[in-house]
Amino acid sequence: MQIKPILSAMRQHKAGVILIALQIALTLAIVCNALFIIQQRLEHLSEPSGIDEANVFVISNQWASQSTDQETDAKIQADMAALRRLPSVRDASPSDSYPLRGSGWDDYIMLTPEQTEKTTDADVYLGDEHLLDALGIKLIAGRNFRVDEVGRIGSRQNMASPVVIVTKALADRLYPDGSALGKSFYEMSKTPSTIIGIVDRLQNQSVDTWKTAYAYQSVLRPLRQDNADGLYYIVRAKPGQLADAMREVPKALYAQNRMRILDPKDGELSFAEVRKRAYDTDRGMAVLMGIICVVLLAITAAGIVGLTSFWVGQRRRQIGVRRALGATRRDILDYFLTENFLISVGGLAVGLVIAFGINFWMIARFEMARLSLSYVLIGVVVLLLLGQFATLAPALRASRVSPVEATRSV
Amino acid sequence: MFAYYFELGLRSLRRSPVLTGLMIITIAFGVAASMTMYSVFRAVSNNPIPQKSSQLYAVQIDNFGPRNNQHGEPPDELDYIDAMALLKAHKALRQAALYPVKLSVISDDASQLPIRPATYAVSNNAFAMFDIPFLYGGGWGAAEDDNRASVVVIGRALNDRLFHGANSVGREINLSGHNYRIVGVMDSWDPKPLFFDLASNGGFADAIELFIPMSRAVDLQLITTGSTDCVDENYGTGWDAFLRSGCSWVVYWAELPNKADADAYRQYLHDYAAEQQRVGRYAWAPNVRLRDVAQWLDYEHVVPPESKLSFYLSLGFLAICLVNTVGLLLAKFMRRAAEIGVRRALGASRRTVYAQFLMEGATIGLAGGVLGLLLTGVGVWSVGLIFDAQIARLATLDVSLVALTLLVAVLAALLAAFYPTWRAAQVAAEVQLR
Repeated sequence: MQIKPILSAMRQHKAGVILIALQIALTLAIVCNALFIIQQRLEHLSEPSGIDEANVFVISNQWASQSTDQETDAKIQADMAALRRLPSVRDASPSDSYPLRGSGWDDYIMLTPEQTEKTTDADVYLGDEHLLDALGIKLIAGRNFRVDEVGRIGSRQNMASPVVIVTKALADRLYPDGSALGKSFYEMSKTPSTIIGIVDRLQNQSVDTWKTAYAYQSVLRPLRQDNADGLYYIVRAKPGQLADAMREVPKALYAQNRMRILDPKDGELSFAEVRKRAYDTDRGMAVLMGIICVVLLAITAAGIVGLTSFWVGQRRRQIGVRRALGATRRDILDYFLTENFLISVGGLAVGLVIAFGINFWMIARFEMARLSLSYVLIGVVVLLLLGQFATLAPALRASRVSPVEATRSV
Repeated sequence: MFAYYFELGLRSLRRSPVLTGLMIITIAFGVAASMTMYSVFRAVSNNPIPQKSSQLYAVQIDNFGPRNNQHGEPPDELDYIDAMALLKAHKALRQAALYPVKLSVISDDASQLPIRPATYAVSNNAFAMFDIPFLYGGGWGAAEDDNRASVVVIGRALNDRLFHGANSVGREINLSGHNYRIVGVMDSWDPKPLFFDLASNGGFADAIELFIPMSRAVDLQLITTGSTDCVDENYGTGWDAFLRSGCSWVVYWAELPNKADADAYRQYLHDYAAEQQRVGRYAWAPNVRLRDVAQWLDYEHVVPPESKLSFYLSLGFLAICLVNTVGLLLAKFMRRAAEIGVRRALGASRRTVYAQFLMEGATIGLAGGVLGLLLTGVGVWSVGLIFDAQIARLATLDVSLVALTLLVAVLAALLAAFYPTWRAAQVAAEVQLR
């Protein structure tokens, strides 16, 4: 196949060549960035929370009237007793938060009391001796909290817990040699917290980008939050009884005390719903990018078909001449496919520059990660194939032009 | 003449239906994608108080110091001591300290469950400052603030719910176990984004239904449901210790009608901070900020990155659709070179060729716009799949968006038609007559 005659033919219809090349360039730039965003967004979707997701649900309980911390604590204890008595409920615990809530309390963790720089950061989960069972998380070393270790924390209070349970991720970060059990750390306080137990896995309260460095690092503290505002109840239904439990729990709570607010919109959320809400935007963005990619590729393909058909129509006579002079159908087909290949390569070269340009701009504006080369390669391959396939139909039509056309005048 | 070209355009469209259909669909998709994303972008980048946005200022004073502040920026909120000092000094035309609280409306009817509307504790200037409209009564005065009075301003929806829309001024309601006298009923008021407190709710939460005096809220030891940032967590226990702590939690706004006022107020803030440094409260040089509404919305990144990203992306998408349309139009027009040659030979000027082909482009644009409008409708309707429900409900297909969609489609098609038309007009008469 000779490239030179193709190049000189292209000079005859510069505008069309430039338009197709430009379109391929822009499509590559957008498609590989979109694919990259999809991957970034979907990355977190499959991360496990570590809890018994099928049976856990969360109540957001807000107190309607102000009361003293002691009164609040009594109300929480009464609620817990009532919930644990329900036949469909396996266990329940008061807490300040739950995994994937979107935001929450996190503390700096230090290894010595004198430290001014944090060693790492961890999410704080409060609960009583039922917290582990209510979440359905597995203790892999040490022991659970004892009833006498569970304390109270009122409004506007911060205090260190003498005993804590930590996630394996945090234990390994603080003591990489695996000796964390029984050791201590300092949680924004001069009093040490001793690790009495280690749980297998518990996801953070938020999956924001800045949290990635501290993923799965959590401290569980034996405290009931006697906040005048309210708190969360983490409830775990018996297997297969989630729907029953979710129906019975609000009734049981109102039967205890009506002076509370369980918001109709998000007062009671199954963990499936929590997970859905946490990743809604991510999934939405991925879907949007996916749609845009598909439509874009379709439009680019349509554009190539359109312009190539036009060129074939314009050159029927020349094709006839070539055929009369002995060119085979295969030669004609190859001519158009090669022409498209050359245009595509030119467009893709420009597209690479634009793609990385957009990526740099997004890094600066939206704190995106650097575009990985594999996405660009995927984009290049997809667009090359797309161009060839789009050219195929008009090129086949060209190859069927009969040599007789050469003798016809326009 | 226009009508004739329009008819020619329509006829030409029918001649190559596949090519024409392709162009119409291309334009429709491009326009629909960008208009859908624009509807969201427009909602989130809305100016919530256009008549006053350059007169209202968020006040920030650095009480954290260079070691603990956010890359040199003071915290979003003031500590209680600074907020009260500024309020007392009364150096702006109007000023308001405020914070979000949680209060429950408890009905006398024991069968009714308590409800919890969005509530703010504010100082009395807030009503005039934020142009809050009233249906009945009005805000409270300085005396109520000073006396820590149990008064309340309620929203229209809450008034409808509790009093069936009647004038409830003077009546009492029970909020979390305390009685409050209603002094005013607001008319519908729901600025989006809720510019004066973006930190605690992101700007797009439910409308505010209750206002109580901040002095009363502090008296009741109601904690803020917004953010509380403390450098030192060990400030002691109890409410008074919290008020004396350096924790930032009070939102503070000032109304300054012109630039001179703003400059004077900035100087006052600087002097105030310098005074605090002198008396030893702060160990650092004054670091204060005064941002008007637009600057504040920008500083707080109220427009979600998803919205910006997808809007820019959809514009890129529209650009590709345009490039595609240019190519297709070029093919379509040049295919008719012979026809153009004949027309030129028969005495048609370049101008008429221009007019005819641009009109044809515009016709395609209009058709694309109509289809695009349908797709935009589908797009706006399904915005909830991508964006947070609070934001999605703000995106609507109103008259201005319909007009804009059609306009953008026609303009885009005209833009795309320019080059192919120019090429068509270059066709020489004699060449075609050979």
